[in-house]
Amino acid sequence: MPGEQLRVLNSPALAHRSFDDVLERSGLHPLTSTGIEILQINVGKLCNQTCKHCHVDAGPDRDEVMTRETAALCMAALEQTETPTVDITGGAPELNPQFRWLVTESKRLGRHVMDRCNLSVLLLPSQKDLGAFLAHYQVEVVASLPYFMAAYTDAQRGEGVFDKSIEAIRLLNGLGYGREGSGLELNLVYNPVGAFLPPPQASIEADFRRELLVRHGVVFNSLYTITNMPISRFLEFLLRTDNYDRYMQKLVQAYNPAAASCVMCRNTLSVGWDGVLYDCDFNQMLDLPVSFGAPVHIRDFVHDRLDKRRIVTGQHCYGCTAGAGSGCGGTTV
Amino acid sequence: MSSYYHEDDLAHFGEMGKNVPELWEKFQDWYGAVFEEGALSQREKSLIALAVAHAVQCPYCIDAYTQDCLQKGSNLDQMTEAVHVASAIRGGASLVHGLQMRNVTQKLSM
Repeated sequence: MPGEQLRVLNSPALAHRSFDDVLERSGLHPLTSTGIEILQINVGKLCNQTCKHCHVDAGPDRDEVMTRETAALCMAALEQTETPTVDITGGAPELNPQFRWLVTESKRLGRHVMDRCNLSVLLLPSQKDLGAFLAHYQVEVVASLPYFMAAYTDAQRGEGVFDKSIEAIRLLNGLGYGREGSGLELNLVYNPVGAFLPPPQASIEADFRRELLVRHGVVFNSLYTITNMPISRFLEFLLRTDNYDRYMQKLVQAYNPAAASCVMCRNTLSVGWDGVLYDCDFNQMLDLPVSFGAPVHIRDFVHDRLDKRRIVTGQHCYGCTAGAGSGCGGTTV
Repeated sequence: MSSYYHEDDLAHFGEMGKNVPELWEKFQDWYGAVFEEGALSQREKSLIALAVAHAVQCPYCIDAYTQDCLQKGSNLDQMTEAVHVASAIRGGASLVHGLQMRNVTQKLSM
């Protein structure tokens, strides 16, 4: 539950230096938006996988899914802006009946579309034409693959997921994804399989490129490294394995002011499955909607009241400011 | 005291600088420079450190460099091979001293 997670993150017994105090010392408090460059739409928690680190707590049994009415409000808001990118996430966003409509509408409005894909969804019988659909609309696929070896990926994402992921990448490669000059971007996402921070992006990207090509004959464009956020299932894991305190210490010690000035919430507006607005997908999972006078629902969207809004921060924000920074597009500095 | 070694000690390593701070600072500067990217990558240096940590059997170093290797993107296969390298050198070092034993024996024997 979000309330319980916030209680742990703010617990005096487990106190770490206040994120807001650290921001203040970096001259960044209060943190404000620099403009909405990405509209991130979380269409719900339904997923065909149940990953151990999932910050959305998504799975096959979740029934929180965005309706057509809310999806239409998102597109109406988008039309009011010049926001160039629409980032569709979940859950497995493709399982939402509104997914394809959101893609076609966003493209009709001339926007770049990103699909945060778990790869295995491409192999579901109901999604046989998904790859061709994505390719047709030139949707950028951003796909999770925590490691290039099966044991590590399966440990985090479930037994057999690595093999399915490779099969899905092969399918995407067959459509041109990940291949030079095709215009079809396939970017992979690494996140640590445990309570440690990610390696330098360029170094692990070189490993992924070499190993995936040599072992499996598949290619991709870029690898994004993302830090695991101390919320939801990953927070449960940290607490259950007595790693919470050390992990938070690592995040706090690795605080980087340059990363703090580039956090993704500064150029993103995040919409929940029910239309509530957040500064990021992580605040969404902690039930921390936009505040400080900004409209809190997509139906009340007013660009000028959200474009330079003050951002809601908390202890979990250390996850985005550690080391080279972390956001939905990988490192930020 | 239940044990000579405590996990929490690692975070207090800096307390060694409370006395003779100028030597601590020299150590810190040198240590930092050693682990910077150079002719060897940071990841390779971290794997060497992990192997040496096992050779000198320092639990603090094993803890620190296990975490560091993971954070540098190494996997358990690579880290285990590094420990085998350290073990092989330790074992080989004992075995090669057998030549001293043989030399002494030869000198004493008719």
